[in-house]
Amino acid sequence: MTRQLLESTLRVSTPLIFAALGGMFSERAGVINIALEGMMLVGAFGAAVGTLTTHSPWLGSAWGIGAGILLAAVYGICVIRLRANQIVAGTAINMLALGLTPFLCKIKYDVTGQTPAIPLDERFQSAPLYLSWVMVVFCWLWLKHTRQGLWLSFAGEHPEALDAAGIRVNRVRWAAVLVSGALAGMGGASLSVYLSSSFARNMTAGRGFMALAALIFGKWKPVPTAIACLLFGFAEAVQMRLQGVVIWGKDPIPVQFIQILPYLVTILVLAGFVGRSRAPKALGTVFRRG
Amino acid sequence: MRAGLVCAAVLAACVRPAFAEFKVALVLDRGGKDDKSFNTSAYEGATLAKKKLGVFLKYVEVADDNGFEPMLRGFAQREFDLIIGIGFSQREAIRKVSAQFPKRHFAIVDSEVTAPNVRSLMFEEHEGAYVIGAIAAMTSKTGKIGFVGGMDIPLIRRFVMGYEAGAKRINPQIKVLDNYVGVTSEAWNNPPKGKELAVSQYEAGVDIIFAGAGASGLGVFDAAEERKKFAIGVDANQDWIKPGVILTSMLKRVDEAVFAVIQEAQAGKFTGGVKRFGLGNKGVDYSFDQYNAKVLTEPVRKRADELKAEIIAGKVAVPDYYKLQKR
Repeated sequence: MTRQLLESTLRVSTPLIFAALGGMFSERAGVINIALEGMMLVGAFGAAVGTLTTHSPWLGSAWGIGAGILLAAVYGICVIRLRANQIVAGTAINMLALGLTPFLCKIKYDVTGQTPAIPLDERFQSAPLYLSWVMVVFCWLWLKHTRQGLWLSFAGEHPEALDAAGIRVNRVRWAAVLVSGALAGMGGASLSVYLSSSFARNMTAGRGFMALAALIFGKWKPVPTAIACLLFGFAEAVQMRLQGVVIWGKDPIPVQFIQILPYLVTILVLAGFVGRSRAPKALGTVFRRG
Repeated sequence: MRAGLVCAAVLAACVRPAFAEFKVALVLDRGGKDDKSFNTSAYEGATLAKKKLGVFLKYVEVADDNGFEPMLRGFAQREFDLIIGIGFSQREAIRKVSAQFPKRHFAIVDSEVTAPNVRSLMFEEHEGAYVIGAIAAMTSKTGKIGFVGGMDIPLIRRFVMGYEAGAKRINPQIKVLDNYVGVTSEAWNNPPKGKELAVSQYEAGVDIIFAGAGASGLGVFDAAEERKKFAIGVDANQDWIKPGVILTSMLKRVDEAVFAVIQEAQAGKFTGGVKRFGLGNKGVDYSFDQYNAKVLTEPVRKRADELKAEIIAGKVAVPDYYKLQKR
């Protein structure tokens, strides 16, 4: 039971971890990314199409990552080059992904709902789960010990200082947003090629926003963020197992109350237990030289 | 000049010979035309009508629940002869729009709207689920069977109640676990979560899961395939999706109901009121075809058919959640 709960927690948190790490790159560099949801969605779609085309989940995931990067590039053009409001542009990107995926699906497979099913032996069995934790460690080391990691933080904290040091702030931000799209795309890929067997319309179902909450809870740091994802995954896994269980009295708690558990945890955690969570100073601001 | 011609051609295309054609609008639920289940079934019925009866068919899918009313109203304004709403979430919208357009004909599946110009197509899900529960109980080796529903709502409770009653009829000691995907209509479109719920049930010793969760049910099928257990489909015949894994499907012949209402309306015989589809008129049933022939054994089928006959003859009272609610 405990082991199964743990496995379930890890599975459920995998897409969240990828997406939250993606969000971390973008936000640490000073670009708010509420478009994670949309990037995940196109990632899920790209990966499903890629796997169906190439018959390999790895190549398929690469397609998903590519799709995430493409959408991130559109977002980058809006917010970095054209200096659009990041919240508004991010929302627009999410809507674009929501409509674009069924549209492309219709063109390619003549169905609007789902892509055809991916056979069992062409799906991931557990690789994305391990990969997500490798990424967590990698991101932690990279941020801490590399010069580029420092650039990333400065782009979000003191862009002027970075500029004064001769580094192009907007270039750093561009790179961060594209990496963000890649990771969110991988998160989406883990949904369609690992946790299920096809792309379904709007299958992310709010996971991008959960990832964003985890990012804030984790104070924009890789390891705490991953732990926050685990907490949400755990709440979800517990929720599934508590449905219909009699805790006291003779009737089980109504399912709806159990189902709000993950959201309740999110609210409680963000409202109370997180302590001071300080966003990168220049988050959401446009950088203009001199 | 050329532009004018093009304009004229476009105009001509718009005012196509409307005098002869019977115009049908189909407003699908959020699962969309390709949920391989409920909406697909409705769409197939309407497409058949288009082919066989030569009606003009227009179908739409909505992006969220607030989209129903403007869609329905739009069709009513464009003088569609029959407007069919698929799914209980359209009830309020149909009620409102049908009152505004008393001359148009409407039909709604899975919900009751009392108006002279609305036909409500209701399915006796509990009867079908009873037979399915019996089949699951007969096939189960562990004495534990499961149900994964989309949302915890009366319609789904009706499935669960019938399912449990049917299973207990065969094996009074059987344990039935039920889980629900979510609390919003996203719940019908979340295969990863459907799969996770199914995995947790299989790990708890369940060996057959009945999925009543729209597209989320596809996740249940994935879990069954990976764990080498059985799943049961719903609404449309889903046996083909994973042959040998899907034990059977509880058919809800939305396609036939939709086809019949179009046919009658076209012939000028549209009547309002409630039309019920149960085991008796084959509105609900279990599926048997080449895809599940190897797993759904003959003795099981025989017993299931006996139960069916008993229900039709009124010898068994299947508990109905809707009636329980009204008390």
